[in-house]
Amino acid sequence: MARLKTFPGGLHPPDNKAWTAAKAIEICPLPEELIIPLSQHIGAPAEACVAVGDKVKKGQVVGRAKGFVSVPVHASTSGEVTAIEPRPHASGRNLPAVVIAPDGEDEWVDDLAAADPEALSVEEIKDRLRDAGIVGMGGATFPAHVKLSPPGEKPIDTLILNGVECEPYLTADHRLMLETPGKVRQGIEILRKVLAVDNIYLGIEANKPDAIAQMREECAGSDIKVEALEVKYPQGAEKQLILALTGREVPSGGLPMDVGVVVQNVGTAAAIADAVTLGQPLIERICTVTGSGVNEPKNLRVRVGTPLAHLVEQCGGLDGEPSKLIMGGPMMGMAQLTLDVPATRGTSGLLIFRRGDIKVREPGPCIRCGRCVSACPAGLLPTTIAAYARLSMFDETEEFKAMDCIECGCCSFSCPSLIPLVQTLRYAKGAILEKRRKMQ
Amino acid sequence: MFAAIASLGAIGLLAALALGFAAKKFAVEVDPRELAILEILPGANCGACGYPGCSGYAKMVVNGDKIAATCPPGGAMVMGKIANIMGFAPVEIDPQVAVVMCQGDNQKSKEKYHYLGLADCQAAQKVADGPKQCPGGCLGLGTCERTCPFGAIEMTEEGLAVISRKKCTGCGKCVEACPRDVIHMTPLDATTHVLCNSHDRGVLVRKYCDIGCIACQICTKQVPDAYRVEDSLATVVYEYYDEAPEAVDKCPTKCIRDFTEGYPEGSSFADISVPVKRGRRAA
Repeated sequence: MARLKTFPGGLHPPDNKAWTAAKAIEICPLPEELIIPLSQHIGAPAEACVAVGDKVKKGQVVGRAKGFVSVPVHASTSGEVTAIEPRPHASGRNLPAVVIAPDGEDEWVDDLAAADPEALSVEEIKDRLRDAGIVGMGGATFPAHVKLSPPGEKPIDTLILNGVECEPYLTADHRLMLETPGKVRQGIEILRKVLAVDNIYLGIEANKPDAIAQMREECAGSDIKVEALEVKYPQGAEKQLILALTGREVPSGGLPMDVGVVVQNVGTAAAIADAVTLGQPLIERICTVTGSGVNEPKNLRVRVGTPLAHLVEQCGGLDGEPSKLIMGGPMMGMAQLTLDVPATRGTSGLLIFRRGDIKVREPGPCIRCGRCVSACPAGLLPTTIAAYARLSMFDETEEFKAMDCIECGCCSFSCPSLIPLVQTLRYAKGAILEKRRKMQ
Repeated sequence: MFAAIASLGAIGLLAALALGFAAKKFAVEVDPRELAILEILPGANCGACGYPGCSGYAKMVVNGDKIAATCPPGGAMVMGKIANIMGFAPVEIDPQVAVVMCQGDNQKSKEKYHYLGLADCQAAQKVADGPKQCPGGCLGLGTCERTCPFGAIEMTEEGLAVISRKKCTGCGKCVEACPRDVIHMTPLDATTHVLCNSHDRGVLVRKYCDIGCIACQICTKQVPDAYRVEDSLATVVYEYYDEAPEAVDKCPTKCIRDFTEGYPEGSSFADISVPVKRGRRAA
């Protein structure tokens, strides 16, 4: 058997996907209150354009986009706006949100325009994507229309669909590809038209043979290359995926477009299909609720703005006392302070661990074992950069290419001394960015 | 043997002559006053004056037409000596010390989450605005302690920064380093302070801290001149600091403390044998 394609470095944490991989997506019922944060994407937050007491319909814009790297925010159901105020947000701060009390009618806004993607121009499609609030649904929530508008001097010749889902525990993309392969295919065809490319890959980790078979069947007869990839984290990281599939290496400090590639998540492709053909904005997503701390792990179709506590209720409630809540996957997700935080467009998972499942020990000294160096998929020296960062020597961290860190967490995972390496690298990156801003 | 000694000796002699010539020929003229001033400056290169190190400050004093900045660590003594050297009238300097406006260590103030990242306050503050429920309290990870060029800051075992009034020179480095602005510069003579930095309402403060200011206004009622309550936090009005001690015993949460009364307890910094002037009231 030929070796599966992959990238250098990385590791394979226990994936624990079996808890939810075979469970069909269930529709999560509406909560009593939807909290729709105005900041749900990378870029400028949206600006509220409704008032308290307004009746809104499902899909109505409640927050207008500000600037190019921004998208509008929509009501996830019909109901009444009860408040516009700071509420707990996934970032750990209280940020402005539009609070909606659902009226139970779940009525779509009137002016949804269905369209045939063949009949639309590329610009019309991009406008639709921006108006629908489509962002990268792998977790980074970068506005899709920006990614699809590369500057003229950087021609795109390859489109990569990311169905890798290398984060342990998560099975949202897996279930999406199994249950609605047609949507994904439709989204791919729209992306093909926007980017005018014919070299299309769909990368899926080899631990999802059923999804690979399903997508191969769906794409049979087309030139879309459905590739099985080695089971290794972070196979789904943009730069690592490009390297594995095309052999091209994104240069230091560069973006995928520098090597002529655009990467989109399969979930984004499905959302793009809905946005373009049906005119429906992005108001729901699939979220895996799992971990030792919930009674019944599930894959849920969740409305944007649903409080995490409501998701837990749908999964049979908490099992024991939770000690750690993570939004997203265990490697790159964000630890949460409370279950009052709402799910947003980037919430691919909710992980809950009981007290005792997570061992908390104090970090020890670096023993120079080099495990973080061999695990780093970006080819960095995490321990050296972290040592400089601890001494606030940020010029040196920059020389050691701290900015090329993709924050995958392989270094922290592999460290036998439990040194918070990725956390320290993130801190160094923040300090370098701050320094650059000051220099300007 | 002889050849080696002779040749090496000759090379040595030639090099010495060349060096001696270069030292005379390319000598850089330095104003002797600049050297004299550099001699008396504290030499910590702390940057409190705003110039790059003590030599930068000395150069400014000698080359500028007036003294554009003072040397806070040097204090009145150094400023007086500089005035002597330069023949100026001495520049007035108000001695200041840094005070950590917080008593909420890990026993008295509640955690928001358990922080496991880099042991640095600046890094911790970036994670959901810090691991403490209090938005203004000392995080206790010692960034200021590592920054202080004079070794005047100590972390207590309970995770609270305390500043020695004896060792602190008022350079203000710690004020810059603290991500929560919990360290304030205060007049050295003012020994009574409201040790709290939370602008939350009293109900909230009570929930997460045993010793925070709840903005009850008792201090302002007791000594109206010396205290001001703004944005749910009491502060001492330092123009009237001499009256401030009168309210110390009335504070229900004990967040007003007088450093002359042996605060912080148990710390080697509790003994402040700095002469404290009383009864002076600035205009």
